[in-house]
Amino acid sequence: MTSTYLSDTRSGPDAQVRPPTRPDRARTRRRVLHWLTAVGFQLPALALFGVLVLLPILFALYASFFRWGGFGMPSDYTGTDNFTRLFQDDVFLGDLWRCLLLVGLSLALQLPFALAMAVLLNQRIRGRAVYRMLFFAPYVLSEAITGVLFGMIFAPDQGLADHVLGAIGLDGLGGEWFSDPSTVMATLFLVMTWKYFGFHMMLYLAGLQSIPAELTEAAIVDGAGSWQRFRHITLPLLAPTLRISVFLSVIGSIQLFDLVWVVTAGGPDHHSETMAVTMFQYGFKRYQVGYASAISVVMFAISLVFALAYQRFVLRRDLAGATTNMRGDGA
Amino acid sequence: MGDPALSRRGFLAATAAAGLGMTALSGCGSGSDGGSSSGITTVEWWNISTTSPTKGVWAALAKKFEAQNPKVKVKITQLENDAYKTKMTALTASGKLPDIFHTWGGGVLQQQVHAGLVKDLTDTTKPWSDGLLPVAKEPYILDKKTYGIPFDIGMIGFWYNKALFKRAGISAPPTTWSAFLDAVKALKAAGVTPLALAGKESWTGMYYWAYLAMRTAGIDALKKADDDKDFTGAGFVEAGQHLKDLVQLQPFQKGFLGAAYSSPTGQAATVGNGKAAMELMGQWAPVVEADAGKGVGANLGFFPFPAVEGGKGTITEIFGGGGGHALRADAPQAAVDFLKFFASETTDVELVKKTGVIPVVPAAESALTDTNLKLVQTQLKAATGFQLYLDQAYAPAVGQQVNDSVAGLIAGSKSPEDVTQAITKTAKEEQ
Repeated sequence: MTSTYLSDTRSGPDAQVRPPTRPDRARTRRRVLHWLTAVGFQLPALALFGVLVLLPILFALYASFFRWGGFGMPSDYTGTDNFTRLFQDDVFLGDLWRCLLLVGLSLALQLPFALAMAVLLNQRIRGRAVYRMLFFAPYVLSEAITGVLFGMIFAPDQGLADHVLGAIGLDGLGGEWFSDPSTVMATLFLVMTWKYFGFHMMLYLAGLQSIPAELTEAAIVDGAGSWQRFRHITLPLLAPTLRISVFLSVIGSIQLFDLVWVVTAGGPDHHSETMAVTMFQYGFKRYQVGYASAISVVMFAISLVFALAYQRFVLRRDLAGATTNMRGDGA
Repeated sequence: MGDPALSRRGFLAATAAAGLGMTALSGCGSGSDGGSSSGITTVEWWNISTTSPTKGVWAALAKKFEAQNPKVKVKITQLENDAYKTKMTALTASGKLPDIFHTWGGGVLQQQVHAGLVKDLTDTTKPWSDGLLPVAKEPYILDKKTYGIPFDIGMIGFWYNKALFKRAGISAPPTTWSAFLDAVKALKAAGVTPLALAGKESWTGMYYWAYLAMRTAGIDALKKADDDKDFTGAGFVEAGQHLKDLVQLQPFQKGFLGAAYSSPTGQAATVGNGKAAMELMGQWAPVVEADAGKGVGANLGFFPFPAVEGGKGTITEIFGGGGGHALRADAPQAAVDFLKFFASETTDVELVKKTGVIPVVPAAESALTDTNLKLVQTQLKAATGFQLYLDQAYAPAVGQQVNDSVAGLIAGSKSPEDVTQAITKTAKEEQ
């Protein structure tokens, strides 16, 4: 359907009406050659992409309709049983809720904080390069190392966090951090913010550099206050960067795994479990690969729907001109 | 090759042909199961001893066996624990097992036996395997037939700090569950954390439930429940209730729900640093306590899991596991000879001395010098019943569900009935 629609628009309405003439035929041949060349050059990449990305996705979709232990080919077809079971599973429903929670917290706290730091460090202050580097540094650490590190820092009674709080007379704020079902998500979010705000800050800084200084100067001449300058110049011109940063943040929250696995393994009692952790548990601990595939399919669907909707409705303007068709002019 | 004018293309073709030929030949070689056409039998031995000193000791033993049997070659393949499990699952599916392979017995071995892949050793090994420690042989006896020979055995029990027990005024380790709960209360009253637990690693909590189920419902019920896919019996609910009674005393260290087992702030270190009085753990506990923490030295004691009043089980029934070897269904006689060699007194003395296992050959006992392991061995020798670790006795999903549900019970989010129902549900889905 789609391809017919596309080719129709491209060749124009009268292409169908006129009988083919000699130059037309030559043009068609040229175009076929053009296509063949393109396909030829893309074949190796397409083959790799197909075997390593598309095929596994399709196979996971296939396996999600079976009860399958992971060895041999799936044979015990169970229809949509895995999916029905999934949406009755308290742990998985909890995963969805925690995913939403992390997305919400990231958008409401982490990204605004990163923006504030970026605006601050975009000003002429002494040692700003040092600050920028320091705030970005956590992003360079692997999630696994971050997990081990904060597991030690937040160890109840013996960890650095409780010692520091105790030393400044705030013993009351010390607690069980990752070990208490009621504080584990907050602690986890704190660590995520520590690790990722520097990355978003860097994105914003790059965006801020590209805002022409003349605009701000003109606004100052016009008597705009700092809030007005931020609200009416910085923010609108930073919008493309913000939209990309929100996109990355949401996708990151949906797929969160390493950090959680290392620091809590989803515990205590599933209170920090994410979809990816649940999938791992079922796939590689219980060998219920069919069910784990169903989880991965749902994760994929959520990511895909979000990504497509976001590109369609939010990133549309930013992507204009970035996408190309075969002839190299804009879509 | 004699042609001096061999062109470049010809040379390439010749090389390729030679390469293909070699590959094909070597393919034949590995496919023929070490046929004895040349008079030499090759026996493949797959094990999980990838760390020193065991790795070296075992390789030397294989050499010794080869020297005693000039017509046999032992080909060793060593794989790390998890990699081995994965590889064996694939091999079981394909129906091609190595001649001699590591096994923990229980459910996995049972599956391989049902598939007709494992040699029945009942008659061929009887003359010399009768003398082995009875409890060590248990995991490999299925339907009254022997399918494996042990080289290691161990058990779970309470490791406790004598000094802390003394401080709380407890004169002797408790032998009943109510006395145990009293001891926990006494320790708390004396300002001592009674128990250390690694809540992050759910298998540590499962030990309590498994032992309680053995004591209330009995060992036979644990086997029957798995066969019938029904864990809802009164004995299992009761086991959960007893565990809940313990949890309600808040006996565990602060933040135990997030604690790991062997990390510097984990369960073993908490006991090893004298910050908790007890942990329920296997024969390896003293080593880990001293490794992750400082270790409590001569203050360390060991007592078996208490009996529960009115329950079907007794205090001499043990929960544990070990390691053994099984044979491929049509493995050569040389493989059986190797098992005999590996379970001989001379070999076992060497294993006990050099690799720190508990002897499975009673005559090798004198080689055991480690005080802590001697404590465990005393219990093992007196054992009247044996239950293999649940995650090895049951299918992986059922074992994980037990761990997961019991963790919920300990965290306070699940009731004893929830636990038995969740395990039953998973067991039914698995069949």
